[in-house]
Amino acid sequence: MVADPEPVNVRRAAALTSLVGAVLASGCGPGPVYHWGHYEPLVYEMYAHPGKAEPAQQIDELTEDIATAQSKNRPVPPGVHAHLGYMHLQQGNAMAAREQFEIEKRLFPESTVFMDRLLSQMTAQ
Amino acid sequence: MRWRRSAAAALLAAATGCAVMPPPDYSGYRAHLPRSILVLPPLNETTDVTAPYDYLATISRPLAEAGYYVFPVAVIDAFLKENGLPTAGEMHAVSLARVREVVGADAVLYVTIEDWGQKYRIISSDTVVKGRAHLVDVGTGETIWTGTIFAQQSSSAGQTDPLAMLIAALITQVVSSATDPAHDLASTANGVMVFDRDRGLLLGPRHPGSVSDLRGR
Repeated sequence: MVADPEPVNVRRAAALTSLVGAVLASGCGPGPVYHWGHYEPLVYEMYAHPGKAEPAQQIDELTEDIATAQSKNRPVPPGVHAHLGYMHLQQGNAMAAREQFEIEKRLFPESTVFMDRLLSQMTAQ
Repeated sequence: MRWRRSAAAALLAAATGCAVMPPPDYSGYRAHLPRSILVLPPLNETTDVTAPYDYLATISRPLAEAGYYVFPVAVIDAFLKENGLPTAGEMHAVSLARVREVVGADAVLYVTIEDWGQKYRIISSDTVVKGRAHLVDVGTGETIWTGTIFAQQSSSAGQTDPLAMLIAALITQVVSSATDPAHDLASTANGVMVFDRDRGLLLGPRHPGSVSDLRGR
């Protein structure tokens, strides 16, 4: 279970390994783990071209991405459900927002504190 | 379109640009290996107003693929703005105790953009993205990693490197909707920063290769 401590020469050899070797050997496999879909382009659009990525459009695209991920049996990336929930909140749909924040929490327990913060802020409003 | 074709050349430049310094000491990072990373909007030392968006919209992917939970960048930005922190400078000044309490992040990635965008020359144009990054352990306040965002491409660069192209295909996917050349380059530079074997991030707990990542052990 516990890895043997590495001799210095092994570590040095590892340090010399090329970027390619590192990526291939690290277990990434050929291609990304997550199904990224439109998430990052939407983040870019909403800042770079305000008005070109309205919440309704983002909801459509992200919902479609999530369905695609499920059909391909690939995980949805960290943040996507939270981002989708936030877009629902922008639309005034608190129930849908809550649902997405809960999914983010379930898929990524690392998000719990922040998701709970968003949820409690919604309740306070 | 031309930008996409020369992305590999840019990646090569990015990869060779950081091979000069000795490898970093990963022991502190290993000792405080975070599960989650809070990406804050970057400080911007340039006059390029789109630089922060180029960075923010291309950093989640490499971090998540490296095995970390990445907080939703735009939601974080909006949340902080709604809670009285309108600028990146103010966001960077938030205490780690507060970060832990409100966001629950294990580490924060702070980035400062130093140089960004297209430079026009007489017969060619260069696009550059350049910034500095440091990752801070929220529990101790220790800087556990520092890195450089860097990639450059010239409109006259015709060279392609097969290994660089392979890496580009593996870790960065050029965003087709982009009309901003620095945006594609940012994706490359962020990918290289995260995955560089000698200077990049350790693989995070969600990555299957994390247990066999020997750096800092």
